[in-house]
Amino acid sequence: MPIATASQTIGPYWHLLRDDTWSDLTRFGATGDVITLQGRITDGAGNLITDACVEIWQSSPPVSDVFDGFGRAASNAEGLFSFKTLRPEPVPGASGPMGNTRQAPHIALTILARGVTKALWTRIYFQGDAGHDEDPVLSLIPPARRNTLIAHQTKPGVWHLDIALQGASETVFFEI
Amino acid sequence: MSDTAPFRPPVPGSQPEYDVKIYGSTALRAPSQPLIRIAQSITERTGPHFSPARYPSNIDISKVASGEAQGQRIIVEGHVRDEDGRPVPHTMIELWQANSCGRYHHEGDQHDAPLDQHFQGSGRVFTDENGKYRYTSIKPGAYPWRNHHNAWRPNHIHYSLFGPGFATRLITQMYFEGDPLLKYDPIYNSLPDPAAAARLIAGFDINLTEPEWALGYRFDVTLRGRGATPFEDAHEEH
Ligand SMILES: [Fe+3]
Repeated sequence: MPIATASQTIGPYWHLLRDDTWSDLTRFGATGDVITLQGRITDGAGNLITDACVEIWQSSPPVSDVFDGFGRAASNAEGLFSFKTLRPEPVPGASGPMGNTRQAPHIALTILARGVTKALWTRIYFQGDAGHDEDPVLSLIPPARRNTLIAHQTKPGVWHLDIALQGASETVFFEI
Repeated sequence: MSDTAPFRPPVPGSQPEYDVKIYGSTALRAPSQPLIRIAQSITERTGPHFSPARYPSNIDISKVASGEAQGQRIIVEGHVRDEDGRPVPHTMIELWQANSCGRYHHEGDQHDAPLDQHFQGSGRVFTDENGKYRYTSIKPGAYPWRNHHNAWRPNHIHYSLFGPGFATRLITQMYFEGDPLLKYDPIYNSLPDPAAAARLIAGFDINLTEPEWALGYRFDVTLRGRGATPFEDAHEEH
């Protein structure tokens, strides 16, 4: 049986692919609850990570002719990434022994960078949304670390979540 | 098995760890806490779809409108399949690489080797209905980096693939058969299973090689398959 090809780092020169329009998921005409989603990425020594490729994918709102559900952004000289997208709705969870579950609104996020051998998987949830206590993914995370996945609103429509690859405030990463 | 079934977990040893001692840049960028395994939901089982209409392909990166790049012209062909051997059709592949002298068209690349105004170094191809892809490029040169004394990256082309779900997202590198630098490269050697590293090597193929034109290399990519065995079902219940 064939075995999946190994991951290798995206390296420092992935910007040859860079197209900053990809960070705007509304660029094909999607309308709705438009938000800015941003954050700062740091390493285990607290250094800003200025060469990361950050990608998001959301299963809500559903993909359509005007909404890809996918975005890519480069972290800048301040370690900041920023997306313009639509606020997600709750979606079904994976089926399991608990029966049908429901997931709170979330966006999947991956970090790819020099020194990162394979994608780092995490999620962004939104502070104040209903369903966090019952969310099948958040429920797996020790309460003290759950806040590493929950963005907060810094001004109307602008949501912020810092990401630490390592260290005391290390973001929760997933094995999927 | 439905087309939204979960994807199989990686085969042990087939993927790198995050913390790789010989690859210095991982030291501060690898998570120190254990990863949390989650069941794949709609968010992980589905993924973006790219169409050439919106994401135009660029299948010949060996030239630009104003002229031909310097270096050894190559044709790279291969198939993208899943772990059951099924073709992955109509999926987007992004490529990027150094020029024939080992220099990236990137402001961060300070290697003292010439830039080539006719080589931009990135391309985009789509697999056909049989999962086959093909592009024309220039064989990339080796380049130095500062990981350790006298560190040189082997010749390689970077690949970005999506596949049918976000869980099949893959960033990898294609190497070239016979490259003497492979045995010294910490990134190539970051794979626990040497067989996993060997699968990243494109083979020279005389049948792909075109007379008076270009050398041919074959490189197949395998993406995670959808799992339907009891083993995967057990994982899903975590
Ligand atoms: Fe490279």
